[in-house]
Amino acid sequence: MADVLVIGAGPAGLAAARAARTQGALVTLLDAADDVGGQYWRHLPDNRSSERERVLHHGWAAFTELRRALDRDDHCRVLRSAQVWAIEETDAARRKEAPPAQQASEGELRRTTVHILVGPADGAARERLTLKPDAIVVATGAHDRTLPFPGWELPGVFTAGAAQALAKGERVAVGERVVVAGAGPFLLPVAASLVQTGSAVVGVYEASRSRTLASGWLPRPWLLARAGKKGVELAGYVVRQVRHRIPYRTGTAVVRAHGTDRVTAVTIASVDEQWRPVRGTERRVAADAVCVSHAFTPRLELALAAGCELDDAGFVAVDADQRTSVRDVYAAGEITGIGGVELALAEGTIAGHCAAGGSATDDVLRRPLRARSIYQEFAQRMHAAHSVRPGWTGWLTDDTVVCRCEEVNCGALRAAAAATESSSLRSLKLSTRAGLGICQGRICGRTVEKLLADAGPHGRLRDDARFDRRPIAFPLRLGELATDDQ
Amino acid sequence: MPPRSVPPADDPIRPDPSSAVHVTVDGVSRTGRAGQTIAGILLTSGELSWRRTSQKNAPRGVFCGIGVCFDCVVTVNGQRDVRACQRRAADGDVVDTQHDALPAHPADPTSRLSADGGGGDG
Ligand SMILES: Cc1cc2nc3c(=O)[nH]c(=O)nc-3n(C[C@H](O)[C@H](O)[C@H](O)COP(=O)(O)OP(=O)(O)OC[C@H]3O[C@@H](n4cnc5c(N)ncnc54)[C@H](O)[C@@H]3O)c2cc1C
Ligand code: FES
Repeated sequence: MADVLVIGAGPAGLAAARAARTQGALVTLLDAADDVGGQYWRHLPDNRSSERERVLHHGWAAFTELRRALDRDDHCRVLRSAQVWAIEETDAARRKEAPPAQQASEGELRRTTVHILVGPADGAARERLTLKPDAIVVATGAHDRTLPFPGWELPGVFTAGAAQALAKGERVAVGERVVVAGAGPFLLPVAASLVQTGSAVVGVYEASRSRTLASGWLPRPWLLARAGKKGVELAGYVVRQVRHRIPYRTGTAVVRAHGTDRVTAVTIASVDEQWRPVRGTERRVAADAVCVSHAFTPRLELALAAGCELDDAGFVAVDADQRTSVRDVYAAGEITGIGGVELALAEGTIAGHCAAGGSATDDVLRRPLRARSIYQEFAQRMHAAHSVRPGWTGWLTDDTVVCRCEEVNCGALRAAAAATESSSLRSLKLSTRAGLGICQGRICGRTVEKLLADAGPHGRLRDDARFDRRPIAFPLRLGELATDDQ
Repeated sequence: MPPRSVPPADDPIRPDPSSAVHVTVDGVSRTGRAGQTIAGILLTSGELSWRRTSQKNAPRGVFCGIGVCFDCVVTVNGQRDVRACQRRAADGDVVDTQHDALPAHPADPTSRLSADGGGGDG
């Protein structure tokens, strides 16, 4: 029996675990959070159950059923509060493209080693665990990407995901008068959740202009109709917006947050097709919370540590089997491309099945394969309609904080890049300290890469030292490492 | 207005009654609901920020809410740099806010570890 480790128990990981079990593998499914569900099915903790929690979710019954089945299955181990902190790079011979001379037989290969800590988040006495599975499915998902704007570091400015997580996971409303802004269909469920926590949503501001939205979403509508479920879900949000009369404005961005010790208002402005703010259109809107997300950033560090290659868009590259460039390492969900829950479920099913020894040509995968192609098409529309346009840098000022941890501002970054001949990310990081703080560049990494490339003499960076390469996926404590040698 | 809990009576999901959890924050006792994170308790007891940055002394609280940004870190039972948005509060937890300068090179795990003072036994 093959043993398959699934890292991340969001929609993709849950689907992978189920498919690998159906295919007969022994499965370990783990997540850093203290329950499964991922970002999509984030819910109240066990000791605060609710009779009607499904009201906050789509597909809630399917989720709880799947969770129960996996928990009860003797051949599936579900590890909660289990943080993977390192993956040891595998033998070069495991790489799919390794020259035949280097390709060893399965028995000779060193297995990929996964290091795990189990226990309360960032706690001291966590239990260490090391696994060497036959195959791995990486399904670590994504987090919000919020582009910096003056004042975004003020308390009361949140990512849209934070508002969502607090609403679904704790029933906490982030404010009374809330502005939701950024780009993408994700802003709609966030606004809906805020309304369900009793907040007044002052407005939802989408940066893309209606013409861009139309050219992304509308062509070949018969293809969109196939994505029935997602369409119904989005339509539900739109109905709710109308019922609560939330203004939804396109071509509009939050370009500044105001306040001293907390946010009290924002300035919104019209932006052009390239998201460049249009002078003279600024308007001040009072708010006590601001939730902003412009895109999602895949959580790549584990996949990169395992040796997986990325595609041109910066996501984990996979083949039809959801297999990465490393043999026996599969990937599914948002780390292979942002496409929402239906795509994550389909990819997870295919990845789990193949990781357990199946193949994408197997008959049982007919439905998930079809779903994958439908929702990939849906994802392309979403990208065409909402993806970050370069003009946003027009709302930056010299004193806009870019790296929140080390408090490096935009002016300092641009000056450093312009002054040095070496536009290497590595040296610029060291000289400015941008991205070297405690979050390890998770929040600012892609923004710093862009600003430095734009400001440098060559218009691009010379090296490809990505922020996503982190030898240790999460900060640990000395005691936790020290026990290694005992 | 600071963030607040949805009053259970008004909540469309009609949550079951939950027990209380008691912690202290900088010596002041705070009550939350069982299962809340430390960030949840801080937010709903009227705090929007609880950390000051090392360079500009600027206030910070929750930003990402999912364990990615580290803006929300606090000291829990003597252990520094615990992400308040990820850690469930346990009855009796002693939470202290953190304002001191961060280690010189926190991105380098080895220096961060030594600056952490071997917190493994905290
Ligand atoms: C905060 C947030 C809220 C969202 N809410 C919605 C929503 O309401 N509606 C919607 O349509 N879309 C939402 N999304 C988009 C969402 O990402 C997808 O719809 C869907 O959840 C993707 O599924 P996934 O399985 O790929 O990833 P995720 O659901 O993100 O699951 C990945 C899992 O991997 C775990 N993980 C990551 N790294 C490690 C590690 N090192 N060790 C152990 N575990 C790890 C994480 O804890 C997480 O549970 C949200 C995104 C975010 C960031
Ligand atoms: S708010 Fe980002 S880590 Fe807690």
